Amino acid sequence: MSSITADELEPFIEETAVEHRRGFRHRWYRTPSFVAGVVILGIVVLAALAAPLITKYNPTSQDLLSTLQGPSARHWLGTDDLGRDVWSRLVYGARTDLRVAFLAVVLPFIIGTVLGLLAGYYGGLTDTFASFFVNIVVAFPFYVLIIALVFALGSGTRNIYIAITIVGWVSYTRIIRGEVLVAKRRDYVLAAKSGGLSDFRILFRHLLPNVITQAVIFACSDIVLDILAIVTLGYLGLGVQPPTPDWGNMIASGQTYLTTHWQLSTFPGIAVVFTALGLSLLADGLADLLRPE
Amino acid sequence: MTLGEYVGRRLLQMIPVILGVTVLVFFMIHLVPGDPARTILGNQATPARVALVRHAWGLDRPLYVQYWKFMGRVAHGNLGDSLFYGVSAGHLVLQRLPVTLWLIILSAIFAVCIAVPLAAVAATKADRAPDHVVRAVPLVGLGFPAFWVGIVLLLIFGLHAGRLFPVGGYGSGFFGHLHSMILPALTVALGLAPILIRSLRASLLEVLESEYVTTARSKGISEKRVMRKHALRNAIISTVSVLGVNIGYLVGGTLVIEQVFALPGIGQLMINSIFQRDFPVVQAVTLVFAVMVVLVYLLTDVAHALLDPRVRFE
Repeated sequence: MSSITADELEPFIEETAVEHRRGFRHRWYRTPSFVAGVVILGIVVLAALAAPLITKYNPTSQDLLSTLQGPSARHWLGTDDLGRDVWSRLVYGARTDLRVAFLAVVLPFIIGTVLGLLAGYYGGLTDTFASFFVNIVVAFPFYVLIIALVFALGSGTRNIYIAITIVGWVSYTRIIRGEVLVAKRRDYVLAAKSGGLSDFRILFRHLLPNVITQAVIFACSDIVLDILAIVTLGYLGLGVQPPTPDWGNMIASGQTYLTTHWQLSTFPGIAVVFTALGLSLLADGLADLLRPE
Repeated sequence: MTLGEYVGRRLLQMIPVILGVTVLVFFMIHLVPGDPARTILGNQATPARVALVRHAWGLDRPLYVQYWKFMGRVAHGNLGDSLFYGVSAGHLVLQRLPVTLWLIILSAIFAVCIAVPLAAVAATKADRAPDHVVRAVPLVGLGFPAFWVGIVLLLIFGLHAGRLFPVGGYGSGFFGHLHSMILPALTVALGLAPILIRSLRASLLEVLESEYVTTARSKGISEKRVMRKHALRNAIISTVSVLGVNIGYLVGGTLVIEQVFALPGIGQLMINSIFQRDFPVVQAVTLVFAVMVVLVYLLTDVAHALLDPRVRFE
């Protein structure tokens, strides 16, 4: 009987391994939540990208002669206490907050996914260690640890990334570990193992594409969490530093004028909710689309 | 496994986690860029004062000695002294802890009061209009920044709508405290309710499809009674678990909300201490919050084991 080499076996393994993505192309436009999410997020991203085209004023330039003005044809959403155009700050704020939130997800996603893969696949001591660190981070309330870390590291965008990475990898590790524990007992992994493929190849070529779906879906919800964390840090004065526009510090500075100029705190809040809704709908739609049939 | 054995095992599992938590809290000071004592005290501090603080915190000793001393202090309930108030950080935390605990309890009660009826309506009318509406709540609700919801509630109920509630502070006397806690607790609850609704709806659906509910229905028991006597009772088990799992979210929520409503709890103490660069107090509050969460996880597991004996044999 002729023996089969690992390379000859691989195409068969891959054929059995592709479970999720079938039909995605034909179904995405029939999934209302996905379409709604794409549209909402598309509007926010487009506005952020086209910020110089859709705003007339520099978001940081002050005009102390026209402070705290109501909405008008010149200033669509009025001006703040330093005479800065609120519409410009809102749109440029989208640039800041979206960029930071999207980038903040990258490192936790990679670190958490790799650790989850290793913990789930190897089990034993690797799993014990990973679970130990997960349990430690989970013991801290999300905001308490983020705020404490940003305080220790100092405010600013770079330290927000570090703090979110220290806290954020945990969820990805938990999700991927759980998925791998189930997937590693399936035929295609057993076939790959008996075919003599290396652990590295099994982990990253065969297991990863099949378990990554849940992590991708979670990443969309995670961006919502991150936007909320960034805005909260901004509100507390620990996030993106002034004069860079950020929805959190816009809400905080508007709170002083709540009785007379409610719009200063309200519009940035609505912008956060609108963006978060888009991302949540996208996550919901993705979960529907990527669920194995 | 008896309940005692189960609790004992969970307590043993808690020890390494608590130790890990102390290590992370201890290392926070070493995340401070440059010389922590100099950074925390600021540029105005004299070299003598910097040296004094460095020595008092043991920063001039090897790391393991520093950790050992830190653990020695923590074991004796000494969480360090506040740089701003000049009293023990533990004392400051204890003084403000009741406010935070009341806020957590009241928020949890409000969240359950909002989530249970909505989840029950959604589960009994699965895949019909009321269910679709309720299912949209988590989708929309989870995107609201809690502090912004607090500001909007302040605007509506504190500044307009007959000024029903105070705009901040803790009030005086039991009813004063309660009155001033309603808006903050409602704010935290509105953030937590969407998570509860999602889990509770799922577990209610599972219970409603179980055999004992079918049996109850086949005996001719009314749908209302089935819901009240059978489904909800069982779904409470998962509500307890979901509340326990989300204690971190609940506690984290109070941290920011206390700041919005000027409630003198440990969340506000932490934020104020951050601006006063009072490192020992920030460290103490972080540690207390984490230990509180670990204890609630334990209590949740025990409550779960009491309500559902199958848990002990898993």
